[in-house]
Amino acid sequence: MAESVRAFWVIAGAWVRASLSYRVSFVTLAISSALITVLDFVAVLVMFGNVDRLGGFSLGEVALLYGLSGFALGVADLLVGNTELLGRRIRDGSFDAMLVRPVAPLVQVAADQFALRRFGRIAQSGAVLGWALVSVGIEWTPLRVLVLATTLVSGSVIFAAVFVLGSAFQVVSGDASEASNAFTYGGNTLTQYPLTIYPSQVAKGVTFVLPLAFVNWYPALYLLGREDPLGLPGWLRFASPVAALLAAVVAGLAWRAAVRRYRSTGS
Amino acid sequence: MGMIEVEDLRRTFAVRTRQGRLRRTRREVVAVDGVTFGIEPGEVVGFIGPNGAGKSTTVKMLTGILVPTAGRLQVAGMDPSRRRTELARRIGVVFGQRSGLWWDLPLRDSFGLLARIYRVPPQRYRTNLAAYVDLLDLGPLLDVPVRQLSLGQRMRGDIAAALLHDPEVVYLDEPTIGLDIISKARLRDFLRQLNTERGTTILLTTHDLVDIEQVSRRVLVIDAGRLVFDGPLGGLQRVGGATRTVVVDLERSAGPVEVSGATVTRVDGPRQWLSFPAGASAAPIVSALAAAYDVVDLSIQEPAIEDVIRQLYARK
Repeated sequence: MAESVRAFWVIAGAWVRASLSYRVSFVTLAISSALITVLDFVAVLVMFGNVDRLGGFSLGEVALLYGLSGFALGVADLLVGNTELLGRRIRDGSFDAMLVRPVAPLVQVAADQFALRRFGRIAQSGAVLGWALVSVGIEWTPLRVLVLATTLVSGSVIFAAVFVLGSAFQVVSGDASEASNAFTYGGNTLTQYPLTIYPSQVAKGVTFVLPLAFVNWYPALYLLGREDPLGLPGWLRFASPVAALLAAVVAGLAWRAAVRRYRSTGS
Repeated sequence: MGMIEVEDLRRTFAVRTRQGRLRRTRREVVAVDGVTFGIEPGEVVGFIGPNGAGKSTTVKMLTGILVPTAGRLQVAGMDPSRRRTELARRIGVVFGQRSGLWWDLPLRDSFGLLARIYRVPPQRYRTNLAAYVDLLDLGPLLDVPVRQLSLGQRMRGDIAAALLHDPEVVYLDEPTIGLDIISKARLRDFLRQLNTERGTTILLTTHDLVDIEQVSRRVLVIDAGRLVFDGPLGGLQRVGGATRTVVVDLERSAGPVEVSGATVTRVDGPRQWLSFPAGASAAPIVSALAAAYDVVDLSIQEPAIEDVIRQLYARK
């Protein structure tokens, strides 16, 4: 584990140094990706220009959901979000080279072409989250602080698990990055809004199948002191770490199985 | 114990082909079919065979990239696919057609990064880098991003990269492909030196038989997933049913000479060509000729290895 963390920063560091040597493109990329993520939240603001409540939730409460989900996706993306790159590595055969180095291939894939701009989404959703926490007026208790902290970690782990599942699928199939993007970026867009605006099957799906509701929805209900409008059991709001652990185990096993089934490319 | 032990190794791939709109058929393709061989520490072995014969699949199983379908496989005492990451420290791999270097990083940064990944002690890294820069003439290339290197330059960079951590076994997959004659010769010199000075075990996959002739003593020939020959290069000629030729110049034109053990294949004035099995000795034929005829000059032609291998493939 410690070896993997060290290797991640060794490889990521080399990429960061390389990208800093092209200063102009580094700055323009940083600015453009910051703009794109800022505009993302502007869409939510525009919506609340027309309505006071969305699915029974105020702007501050939706911002809390948005911030928790965006932050978790940002951390997961920073660490293991290299799905598209993995597809290219598999097609051009450089994934083979990763397999013959003394570092877990998942770590190498994660650190591959590491760019500082991956911090952009974390910064933006962190800011939205901070603003939301202040504006919704949460009654802070030690347990609420603990739930907030564990939620940020669990949420990141859940999104990371989805990314890794997607990567595992790519290793077996040879390519299909779009399939996993639908669940990660698509899942993030879905969970940015209160689950009350969707049909009830969606809420059940993101609770029991792909546990994205544990990234923000259930813990947010607890932080806000709200009843579950969908009437699912109350203990679910504390279940995020368990969901994260389960997702991580499933993803880890899937990745290992996928690497053993890897077929490589011709020649 | 051998450095590499392979017993009854087999690998199949499921290939799905579309038939009509929805129907798909699943077919098993056998890439490697019951291959057995062993390689001792310090051996240099050439691995040859036509395209699609199973060379790359075998090398990928030896490195742990592919999991065998059946059979036993040990490299440096380890099962490669089960202990792939651990084994990686002890082997070096050069894939001829693709690079193990980072495309966007300068060569020097790629080397530095690998040294840190493999935890090569700084002192050792400096010595190795200096040695390889010298032997492979990498000095002027160190600060060039890999994507800007020519094929031959990149290959040299890849070879240095695969050796920075002093691997005990090195697999080279088509290392001379696309290189000019001078680069090829230098690379072969380098491989010989690596083997004699450091005792590195080398398995060399190639299409270029000169690579084998000049670098390795032993050759494995694989065809259609089966090992069809394992032995010294000279022995390949015997198995392949190849022939050697005595070219003899007589004092004057004559009818075909008669010598036991050889047959005349061509007569051109005083010059005659006699062919005999490559495995037989030329000495009795030469002395019989000299005793019975007035010989002015005489030479022996070795068969081209390409022809030998072609015959070997054609034979089965």
